Amino acid sequence: MAIGWYLAVSAIVFALGAAGVMVRRNPLVVLLCLELMLNGANLALVAFSRMWGNGDGQVFALIVMTVAACEVCIGLGLIVAIHRRKLPIDVDELRELQG
Amino acid sequence: MSQVLFFIAGFGAIAGAVGVVMLRDPFYAVLALVVHLLSLAVLFLLLRAEFVAAVQVVVYAGAVMVLYVFVVAYVGGREEPIGELLRGRGPAGAQLRLGAAIIGGALLVELLIALLGTGLEAVGGDGAPYAPGPKTFGTPAYIGQLLLTRFLLVFEVASLLLLIAAVGAVVLARRRGGIEEDGERRVALTPLDLIRPRETGTMAEGVGGVPFAIARAREENDGARASEPVATAGTGADEEGGW
Amino acid sequence: MTTTTFGWLVLLFPLLGTLIVGFGYRVLPGRSAGVIGTAAIGLAFAAALGALISLESHPSSHQELTSSLWNYANTVGVDAKVSILVDPLSVFMILIVSGISSMIHLYSISYLEEDRGFARYFAYLNFFVFSMLLLVLAGNFLLLIVGWAFVGAASYLLISFWYRRTTATRAGIKAFVINVVGDAGLVLGTYFIFKHTHTLDFLGTFAAAPHVFHTGEADIVAGCLLLLVGAIAKSAQIPLHTWLPDAMEGPTPVSALIHAATMVTAGVYLIARMHVLFELAPAAQDTGAVIGAVTLLIAGTIALVQTDIKRVIAYSTMSQIGYMIMGVSVGAYAAGMFHLMTHAFFKALLFMGAGSIIGAMAGEQSLQKMGGFRKALPFTFACFVIGGLALSGIPPFSGFFSKDEILLVTGELGGWHWTLYVIGYIGAFLTAIYTFRMIFRAFYGDPVPEAQELEAGHLHHVEVARNPATGEVEDTDVGFPGPHHTIAERAQGMRFAMTVLAIGAVGAGLVQIPEVDEVITNFLRPTFADSPLYEPHTRNGLLVFGLCLGTALGLSGIAIAYRIWVKNPAFAVRARERFGAVYELLAHKWYFDELIDALVVRPAAIAGRFATGTFERVFVQDTLVGGSTGIVRAGSAAVRAVQSGFLRYYAALLLLGVSGVAFYFLLQT
Repeated sequence: MAIGWYLAVSAIVFALGAAGVMVRRNPLVVLLCLELMLNGANLALVAFSRMWGNGDGQVFALIVMTVAACEVCIGLGLIVAIHRRKLPIDVDELRELQG
Repeated sequence: MSQVLFFIAGFGAIAGAVGVVMLRDPFYAVLALVVHLLSLAVLFLLLRAEFVAAVQVVVYAGAVMVLYVFVVAYVGGREEPIGELLRGRGPAGAQLRLGAAIIGGALLVELLIALLGTGLEAVGGDGAPYAPGPKTFGTPAYIGQLLLTRFLLVFEVASLLLLIAAVGAVVLARRRGGIEEDGERRVALTPLDLIRPRETGTMAEGVGGVPFAIARAREENDGARASEPVATAGTGADEEGGW
Repeated sequence: MTTTTFGWLVLLFPLLGTLIVGFGYRVLPGRSAGVIGTAAIGLAFAAALGALISLESHPSSHQELTSSLWNYANTVGVDAKVSILVDPLSVFMILIVSGISSMIHLYSISYLEEDRGFARYFAYLNFFVFSMLLLVLAGNFLLLIVGWAFVGAASYLLISFWYRRTTATRAGIKAFVINVVGDAGLVLGTYFIFKHTHTLDFLGTFAAAPHVFHTGEADIVAGCLLLLVGAIAKSAQIPLHTWLPDAMEGPTPVSALIHAATMVTAGVYLIARMHVLFELAPAAQDTGAVIGAVTLLIAGTIALVQTDIKRVIAYSTMSQIGYMIMGVSVGAYAAGMFHLMTHAFFKALLFMGAGSIIGAMAGEQSLQKMGGFRKALPFTFACFVIGGLALSGIPPFSGFFSKDEILLVTGELGGWHWTLYVIGYIGAFLTAIYTFRMIFRAFYGDPVPEAQELEAGHLHHVEVARNPATGEVEDTDVGFPGPHHTIAERAQGMRFAMTVLAIGAVGAGLVQIPEVDEVITNFLRPTFADSPLYEPHTRNGLLVFGLCLGTALGLSGIAIAYRIWVKNPAFAVRARERFGAVYELLAHKWYFDELIDALVVRPAAIAGRFATGTFERVFVQDTLVGGSTGIVRAGSAAVRAVQSGFLRYYAALLLLGVSGVAFYFLLQT
């Protein structure tokens, strides 16, 4: 398949993830949608790496995966801590950081 | 053959993505994401990125998603269907939902234009020519060599990042000394409170003799004890909430 | 010791007195503040004598000596040092100022004995003397202006000395404000002159002026007229005279010193010092002469109907200063300064006597309540008579010689100056009448209860202290007069001071008897040598005529006063009824206060209210300040709305931003 097809899939996945971040209220699902966006980016990176024929894109994708893992770790830790304090697990309710 | 596989995997990826966004139960959303990740691994394989595909399955779908499953099982939470969400319940209202959909759509269009309309001839092609071998494009050896030569610094920094994340996770998970537990208010002492000599601070201190922060914490902790003027003197602006 | 060193010492001693008394007022016991103050002025007088002797040892052509201490203002175009000018005119003035001041300090020690503000008084009084000496010793315009301003400040401090009296504080403010008008005139006048001469130094200016200005040129006339404004304000001439009667709210020694002998003569000194400039601006000279003449007449008429004893003397001062201003404006410099000297003696003496009789009345100042004190206060009566005769110009007392000399010079100038001559003699006639009206009303007639008490040996004492002008009740704590009143007969210090001044009032005239000895003229000649108007002209007939006329008018005035107020008091009442309108005009002081109130005070008050209520509140506070804070608040509220706290909102903004950037780059390609 031409590289363009992979890029199209990547774009669709990324846009879906973005829309999900904006729409969902459960922070866990928001984090999931964030993962979607990261994966979409990964796909694009690997596609371009195949296009150019060197491994830079793949290494980049690996690092992105690392970062995603770290971020999931901390994010889930936060959610667990919030849950422990008996606060509602709802992004719309957690809005004390306001001006 | 590869086209068929591509379409199956692509369809799986998009279906998984749609499932993550739309499914009501967060647990099902996690499962949908797993489907998506596995489809993505197939796509990676189609793109000759063997090592990345393997890592995707092992790390991402294997470790990260398992972690997710644990947390979702612990925290849980249900949510309204996406339709009702979009119809606008709760504080944010319909505009945001609709706006989100519009933004998402716009983003998609833009990205498609950007990616496909770049004018790069190679986008239309299959990619660079490929010759199989032990250290060819996409093999672990190839990636390993890259990581340890050209991308050494990146590699090290990534490991540092992992360390930080681990420490952070430990801190977040602690029961005492980190986050405040219910009912137990810790004192938010600034360094200034500690080094400032007594009776040089606020009026409250001048009246009661302790830094204000400690006095307020004490007052709230020992609710039974009648509150002294310590905490009330000179706090007018703060207690009204200011602006 | 050089002459100028004596000059600096003259300045130093009162300054030290001020500082010591001012800073040490808490620790100085009893009356030592008064002793220190008096000693300071006494030393200043000694230094002035030293300056006199030392000056006279110089040859006549080298009697203008300057000395500078340090650079005061040294900027573009202006190079002013702290410098004094010791020449006959300034030595003359410092002798008068320090001499009279020392006697008044001595008098004050007894007069203000139990006043709670005793030390403060002497600090202020010493500060005043220092300022006045600085004014007359100044060697350049800048220091003159500094001394001028200080004198105004000291006057304010001393007029409102009893600061809890509303009338006193209001009078102090009035004096200060009118003096500031004069200060503005002085400074602007200096500018006009400096513009052409480019130096602030007196000797330099006077040397350059005849070359830089043509006679009657616009700038010099403007400058001299503005200087005249300053002189008018300080010397209480029409139309800036309204502060002087109100200034009688201050303690009587203050009135004696500041508002009789020294501060109000600063204007006369100014014109005499600037004679070089004034002679280049004949218009200013004529204006000064006219103003002096008008003042002496109007003030004389007002004094005829005043009932407060101190105000009679105040208007008399105004009138006599009118003579002096008239004198130095037409060129009779020696005569004007001579009259300044004799006037200082007898006017201070009259005020001191007034203080004594006010003490006998326990604070009451109204002539209507006084009478028959002749037997009870013999010494005071004698002083009053001496002062009154000197003031009325009866030979051989000092006022006779000085006043007639001014009028003589005026007459000799001829032309329209004959008007001034006539006005001067009418004024002399009025002077005699009102002076002896005051004396006869206070000392003749049936003794009032206070006088009877005093004859029995008991000084009248009031239970409840009252403001003499309004009658409102006061106490005797700090800020009000003390409980103790004294009369000259019982206080040695007062008697000594008054005796010295009485001797001066009697004998000071002998130094300048026309055609016989002209000590003043000769003494002051080096200062005025460059003036064509200075040398005495031939006198002949006019001299004798003038002297006889003056004597006749004085004696007839006394006689008329005797007839009206001793023999036939009902006549005064009938005259008042018959000439009711005239009486009203005089009693309201020719309505000058009302005029200034309508022309100046009310518009200023309206402008002030507009500024506060409308301009400042609406424009500055609401629009400018409120507007800018409102804009900032609204802006920050708008910006704050972005931080709603909704995570999804932030995410949306982020994505929107990213799309925007991507769109931009998309367009670039």
